[in-house]
Amino acid sequence: MSLIVFAGAAQFVGAGMFGMGVGGWEIVLTTFVLNFRHFLMTSSLSRRLPDNTTKSQSALAAFGVTDETFAVASMSRDEKLAPSYLYGLNFTAYTAWAAGTVAGVMAGSILGDTLKQSLTFGLYALFIGLLVPEMKRAKPAVTAALCSMAVSGALYFQPFFKMGSGWMIVSATVVGSFIAAVLHGDENE
Amino acid sequence: MSKLNIIILMALVTYIPRMLPMVFLKNMRLAPWLNRFLRFIPYASLGALIFPGALFSVNPPAAAAGGIIVSAVMGLMGRSLIAVFASGVAAVYILLLII
Repeated sequence: MSLIVFAGAAQFVGAGMFGMGVGGWEIVLTTFVLNFRHFLMTSSLSRRLPDNTTKSQSALAAFGVTDETFAVASMSRDEKLAPSYLYGLNFTAYTAWAAGTVAGVMAGSILGDTLKQSLTFGLYALFIGLLVPEMKRAKPAVTAALCSMAVSGALYFQPFFKMGSGWMIVSATVVGSFIAAVLHGDENE
Repeated sequence: MSKLNIIILMALVTYIPRMLPMVFLKNMRLAPWLNRFLRFIPYASLGALIFPGALFSVNPPAAAAGGIIVSAVMGLMGRSLIAVFASGVAAVYILLLII
């Protein structure tokens, strides 16, 4: 599963659902919802590919787009992102993911619970480390990030209905980015 | 449905939505506001990934909150990604030991 479904969260959820004996279509649908956010991410990334990128180069680069690789690539200061750069980034993440799975299994028994827990936070520390400097640099980044946090926070804490984390991220991203696009209309970045 | 079939379908529903925009949106001309919308998606999606997920990544959330503050301050100070990562994880580790 690690080799062809390159998406961390979906793998864990999928593995868990296999364990619980959940029906196949439900697992497939959950995977789809969980990973639909990458539709927005590649929509954004596609605009920054050089004009001469072929369709097959784009299709290959798309395989490795995850939250993490997208965060790193989209925060790159270069206006255009060469396909070779994306291959390199995605390949590094892919091998690290595979190696990390093996290392994780071996280290899992050595590391204490407290240390394991704090390392879970590491991914978010990386996201914060990528986002905060951008918010310092560009006003639309502040608007987009704060609005989407407000929306996802509101969706998470509201008591009226249950919502999967996949749809939460998708709707918060759309709203946050839309508000920033409306408010920061006449600024050239 | 066999497990292999399920995994293959999972791979398809993961890959196809990623691939379509990458291939077909590349050279399309879009209205300026739509271009801005797409350009701001990275910030908005990182925002949504961080909050509230980060808060509940460790238990109790107070320890996570401390880590969020430390990482954000390190980021504001313009420290490297490694420094932000290390200090955030260290802060959470210490807070978990104390709390």
